[in-house]
Amino acid sequence: MSKASEIDIVSVSKIYGNTTAVHAISLKIPAGSYCCLLGPSGCGKSSTLRMIAGHESISLGDVRLGNTVVTDFPPAKRGTAMMFQSYALFPHLDLVDNVAFSLKMKGVEKAERRAKALDMLKLMQMEAYANRRPAQLSGGQQQRVALARALITDPEALLLDEPLSALDPFLKIRMRAELKKLQKTLGITFVHVTHSQEEAMALADLVVVMNDGRIEQAAPPREVFERPATAFVARFMGDHNVLTGRAVSSAEGKVVMEVPEGLTFAVHGDPQEPGAPVDLGIRTDRVRIEPASAPGLGFNGIVSNIEYRGASVKITVIGAGSDDFTVIVGDSSFYAKPVAVGDAVSLSWAEEDVILLGRVTA
Amino acid sequence: MSTVLTPETTEPAPARTRGFRMPEAAIAWLQAAPLALILGFFFLLPILTIAIVSFWDYDFAGLYPDFMTLNYVETLGSWVTWKTYLNTLKYTAMVWGLTLAIGFWVAYFLAFHVRTTTMQMVLFLVCTVPFLTSNIIRMISWIPVLGRNGLVNSTLVDMGIIPVPIEWLLYSDFAVVLAMVHLNTLFMVTPIFNTLMRIDKSLIEAARDAGATSWQILWNVIIPLAKPGMAIGSIFVVTLVMADFSTVQVMSGGQSASVALMMKNQMSLLQYPAAAANAVVLLIIVLLMVAAILRVVDIRKEL
Repeated sequence: MSKASEIDIVSVSKIYGNTTAVHAISLKIPAGSYCCLLGPSGCGKSSTLRMIAGHESISLGDVRLGNTVVTDFPPAKRGTAMMFQSYALFPHLDLVDNVAFSLKMKGVEKAERRAKALDMLKLMQMEAYANRRPAQLSGGQQQRVALARALITDPEALLLDEPLSALDPFLKIRMRAELKKLQKTLGITFVHVTHSQEEAMALADLVVVMNDGRIEQAAPPREVFERPATAFVARFMGDHNVLTGRAVSSAEGKVVMEVPEGLTFAVHGDPQEPGAPVDLGIRTDRVRIEPASAPGLGFNGIVSNIEYRGASVKITVIGAGSDDFTVIVGDSSFYAKPVAVGDAVSLSWAEEDVILLGRVTA
Repeated sequence: MSTVLTPETTEPAPARTRGFRMPEAAIAWLQAAPLALILGFFFLLPILTIAIVSFWDYDFAGLYPDFMTLNYVETLGSWVTWKTYLNTLKYTAMVWGLTLAIGFWVAYFLAFHVRTTTMQMVLFLVCTVPFLTSNIIRMISWIPVLGRNGLVNSTLVDMGIIPVPIEWLLYSDFAVVLAMVHLNTLFMVTPIFNTLMRIDKSLIEAARDAGATSWQILWNVIIPLAKPGMAIGSIFVVTLVMADFSTVQVMSGGQSASVALMMKNQMSLLQYPAAAANAVVLLIIVLLMVAAILRVVDIRKEL
């Protein structure tokens, strides 16, 4: 079954006139993996996907699919299939003809292509609607038809451009599970563009965080979450506080940095030039409201906001050069020792919960 | 609950008892009145008059109220009428085919090959520039171009391509169709351009992703989706050409006839009832053609 191909992107750039949308990115997507391109809008993730698909010309660099360099191939010759953001189903055709479209273009006999399309619709559990038009379907049903249409070409890789963004939150979660299941069954490579961290974490084997046309980090979701490579990734994934300052000294695998306010913090990491800019990442759910046990592992701040979130409470603190230092505490421990807006609090964390964030070398 | 009531919600009640209040039905009639009056006076009344007059009697001196079907018998029983209708239908078919082909390509170019919206609008306005002059002037300006010693003939003769001027350029079916296409193509361009602009560009990418060539995309995606626009344009062109008399008269030099030209001649001979009968027949035929177009293409989603 598995005829998946590895996708190899070799220093690919996309240049529109004077602006560069994608800066010479390189990425290997292993065969049969689920890869999520994640980033804020305008970060180049869609351009990257469209360059893999062949809907956008590649300004510089090459894309290899399996053993073939597909850089100059038209979309249909690449062995990829794309699923569009709004599904792009043909409104004038019924579902069978929509799914059979690519076979019709290849000149497959009508009876044969309709039979194949019907099989594909069956796989997607949409055969009951075979003679309807796309406008008569709900968002989730349209997505299944779009999937059927993309998969009928028997692609080696399926490219999905924000496939879940048109669905309501409830359906989003259900279709997400279906996508993952489908990818496991088919065993082909999925490349999925999204701006939702949650979606990427839930689906991906490989999360590629992009910003400003560059890859900030490409790693399994757990690594992206636990060890964000850069300050951008830490902020974008949203579960780390980032403190920015300059290195003061490095010794015994420990770096001491100083924020502009004069406080110093310690972190494990490679030695840094004194005076070099340094970012620290501190897990929001590991920060405790208590005085630091050792120097450089905490600070005092003022509570500026408290949000109740059910199982947890989110406390925003001003201090150490950050005006939105976030602390997530469990609801029981919060109500055992509540704080109020305006209170001065001592925050601290363990040595293993703070990491040294790298910087993108452009 | 009472605290929710705001002054706005309680006020209308006293207002109702104080002032004069019209019944609901009267308000509805009043709202429909302006359009009903306009349509009644400028559309229904004239048609009704024509229908009534078509049953009247007439001679060289006057009209006599009557109810006779002789006008219809004469109109439908005459071979000249049939020939004229056929001729008009021939013009309509040719002009329809040509305006559809030209109109579609112009609209396709504007919608898919011109990249910026500004340029699209500029070029579209350029298409409408000829409409700043009257129909008659645009028609007459063909005469110096197509005439026996006109631009085309003198150029071809001077270049030695033809020994003597081509006679059929002007005052011929060719000239009539040419002028009609010139006058009516924009009525095709506008609605088709409108439908093409509404086609989601990702549909075209999806088709390309499925391996369709440019021609396959045109045939399988763009043309089917442009059908409502084509239908609306066709209705414009068909009704305009079926009712045309000036173009036929000027460009054929009086050698060809159209139904409307026949009516005009009848009217100049004061045969109003005959012209009215003819008009009723023409109206029915045009309505049937429009109905046929609407049967083939569902234009409701465009309206």
